[in-house]
Amino acid sequence: MLKIETTHDSNFTTLHLIGEVDASNSIELDEQITGLVESGAKKILVDGTKLEYISSAGLGVFMSYIEDFQENEISLVIYGLNERVYQVFRILGLDQLIKIKSDKEEALRV
Amino acid sequence: MIMKHELKLYCDTTRLADLRKFLNDILQNTSLSDIEQHQVTLAVDEVCANLIIHSHGCNAKEFIKVEVEKENGILKIEIVDRGEGFNIIEYKEPEISHVKATKRKGGLGIILVKRIMDRIEFEKIGTQNTCRLFKILKSK
Repeated sequence: MLKIETTHDSNFTTLHLIGEVDASNSIELDEQITGLVESGAKKILVDGTKLEYISSAGLGVFMSYIEDFQENEISLVIYGLNERVYQVFRILGLDQLIKIKSDKEEALRV
Repeated sequence: MIMKHELKLYCDTTRLADLRKFLNDILQNTSLSDIEQHQVTLAVDEVCANLIIHSHGCNAKEFIKVEVEKENGILKIEIVDRGEGFNIIEYKEPEISHVKATKRKGGLGIILVKRIMDRIEFEKIGTQNTCRLFKILKSK
């Protein structure tokens, strides 16, 4: 089960991922991010504090935006991942390609 | 002592949550750390998701058999299906940089499986395909 909540602040938008991202629902994450980009978001925070699981389907969604975001100067920062989920990003070396911070304060400083 | 558990997984990606629950319950009773348990579950999820989507076209009438066995300090997970099959050994996974550049959303799963598991086997006999994933258990 995955629930995605969005909160808007004056200069950034946060996607709160609650539950598990796998092959059955990664499209929802993809659609949410696409929606934010289309609405002109320039700074996206992904709150991973309640993310219990992510498989390659979800990791692939984040990967697929890296280059577009660099070209269009959109910043995406993930924060609050628990150790188990963070280690999955690390196995693939995605911690080198995606900005991952420990908490919201650090994420906002990026 | 031999411990054996079996799950019949129907080819619908929403069933992957059931697979993870099945594995979590079994792996809790092994010497694997919390992080290792999570990763083994992920590896099996990746192989099954791949089969469900690419070999079975998400046809929920078809199924995959997942069997978990612990023997002599080795955890063995056997994933059996019928059909075309996916030879994980022969599959050449893409480079991470290539995945990023081409914006493809696939290909990462098999890299994860190969990095997480200690040994992988694939066997095809007639129409039956068997993928075996092994993880060495540390003695408690």
